[in-house]
Amino acid sequence: MTTITQVAPVRRPKDRGRRDPFRATPLTKIALGITVLLSIFPLYWMVIIASRTNSDAVEVPPPLLPGGNLGENVQRVLNTEDAHFVTGLVNSLIVTTTVTISVVIISTFAGFAFARLRFRGRNLLLGSILITMMVPLQQMGIVPLYQLMVSLGWVGTLKAVILPYLLNGFGVFMMTQYTDQAVPEELVEAARVDGASTMRIWWNVILPAVRPGMAVLALQTFMLNWNEFMWPMIVLTPENPTVQVSISFLTAAHTTDYVLIFTGTALSVLPLIVVFVAFGRQIVGGLMEGAVKA
Amino acid sequence: MSVHLHTQRADPAPPPHRPGRRRSRPTSRLWSQLDLKAAPYFLISPYFVLFAIFGLFPLVFTLWVSLQDYGLAGGDATFTGLENYSKLLADADFWNAVVNTVGIFVLATVPQLVLALLLANALNKRLRGRLFFRLGVLLPLVTSVVAVAIVFTQLYGRDFGLFNWLLGHVGVDHNIDWQSSKWSSWTAIATMVDWRWTGYNAIIYLAGMQTIPRDLYEAASIDGASPRKQFWSITLPMIRPTIIFTVFVSTIGGLTLFAEPVMFASNRMDGGTTGQFQTIAMYIVEQGFRNFDYGYAAAAAWLLFLLILLGVGINYTFVRRIGGSR
Repeated sequence: MTTITQVAPVRRPKDRGRRDPFRATPLTKIALGITVLLSIFPLYWMVIIASRTNSDAVEVPPPLLPGGNLGENVQRVLNTEDAHFVTGLVNSLIVTTTVTISVVIISTFAGFAFARLRFRGRNLLLGSILITMMVPLQQMGIVPLYQLMVSLGWVGTLKAVILPYLLNGFGVFMMTQYTDQAVPEELVEAARVDGASTMRIWWNVILPAVRPGMAVLALQTFMLNWNEFMWPMIVLTPENPTVQVSISFLTAAHTTDYVLIFTGTALSVLPLIVVFVAFGRQIVGGLMEGAVKA
Repeated sequence: MSVHLHTQRADPAPPPHRPGRRRSRPTSRLWSQLDLKAAPYFLISPYFVLFAIFGLFPLVFTLWVSLQDYGLAGGDATFTGLENYSKLLADADFWNAVVNTVGIFVLATVPQLVLALLLANALNKRLRGRLFFRLGVLLPLVTSVVAVAIVFTQLYGRDFGLFNWLLGHVGVDHNIDWQSSKWSSWTAIATMVDWRWTGYNAIIYLAGMQTIPRDLYEAASIDGASPRKQFWSITLPMIRPTIIFTVFVSTIGGLTLFAEPVMFASNRMDGGTTGQFQTIAMYIVEQGFRNFDYGYAAAAAWLLFLLILLGVGINYTFVRRIGGSR
């Protein structure tokens, strides 16, 4: 990112800015502006419908400003018993938080081992993670995974949507990369000479250094897991859903009640938007860093 | 972070008596030997234990399940060899799902990646409010898939949808029933995918573009190369690895497409009245968890996997040619 400041074109007399290939033309700015508007519009539309009545939603021309019925609509969603929306919201919070914390710890553990410890089979094991990252395990193994849940008696329980997601090859890969770059080898050596055990090194040396990487992984895991749909839909019951499953039932059962559906949808997106607003910079930074290394 | 590390590194050498004291005791030497040998495996064990149970086992067992016939409604299984596969290959509904999946994938991915490239090129300019624009284009990604699909399905509504209303202004005088035909439903689903993923791919490309040394462009400018020429002969070839990465990700994501078409069909698996937008993932769920034909669904999952390998292979050879072969 800092490279941008290095571009300080030496202006020649006849140079009317054409020589600077990084000059943003008005067209560029307009195109970007339109893109951002298009990105925001569906979400804005969601808010418009969620804050109005069903007769507004089918009006021609369509309403372009939010109305004043949001509170009332939220009440209606919460009181729609067949959707189990509150249960879904709470379940999603439990599942996503558990998965996020566990994935970050598991990945930081394994990332430390792969990046800074020597052991037999290291390359082979790391390679196996890279290969399985490219296999859509979820879709491939969906039938046996379901049979496994049946025999464990976990169908309809949150365990069924937590444990499979603790397996996150991307997280291990990312933390391996991050540890490799953030923790100098000499630091680990020095701690060893100092008599520190491996776990102590993890706690005192690795953890403080890789904290920014953990944060990025946590954000990405949170957002991915909050959005999971296929597996929770299959393994959970309508009475004990995650929030995505809950709004999908809402959609099926109240097809034409747009206001109800949109209000539920808006509520389901809210935690993501909060995270995005609070940590947008880290999310963009993490994505961009990961992209260059991958 | 780096500041923190530097202060640690700058610390004076550790007091000499501590390691000596530790090493002198035989039990603690044994302990530290064990620690050195076993700790790495301990650290990676959570991942690999989970992998064995929830990754490897289902994957391998799918193969076994796919060779079984579960009879009616998930009853007792009987081994039938490759029968599920031969039935699938002769199943018009399965092929319909394959055609739909590939069709939606192409319709979604090609414009998406081209737009993302242009968008990344624009984001790579010197801009005021860089972070704002980056966050702006990334916003769709953090919106959940189900939410996107719900909003777009309403926007594509036949009678009161915004898109039909807009089209009415440019001379389309009848309301399009977007769900009813293959092309209209594919287009609708492809736009949902594109809305969500174009910005993500643009950010990834942008990251790739920022690793290109700026003096390459300076030199090209001085030689009189137009921005368009620079884009084709510097930017594209230089970010080829990044493009390959996004093509991989989009191929896997596109061929396993599920939530958007499901929500577009009001949370049903059939993909419209004649299955006009049923994808393979929907077909697998329909067979496995609506008809409870586990064996058939597992066989379809393996064929999906083969299709993904094929798709990744084709796309890889195709994308490798971008900007001349090296």
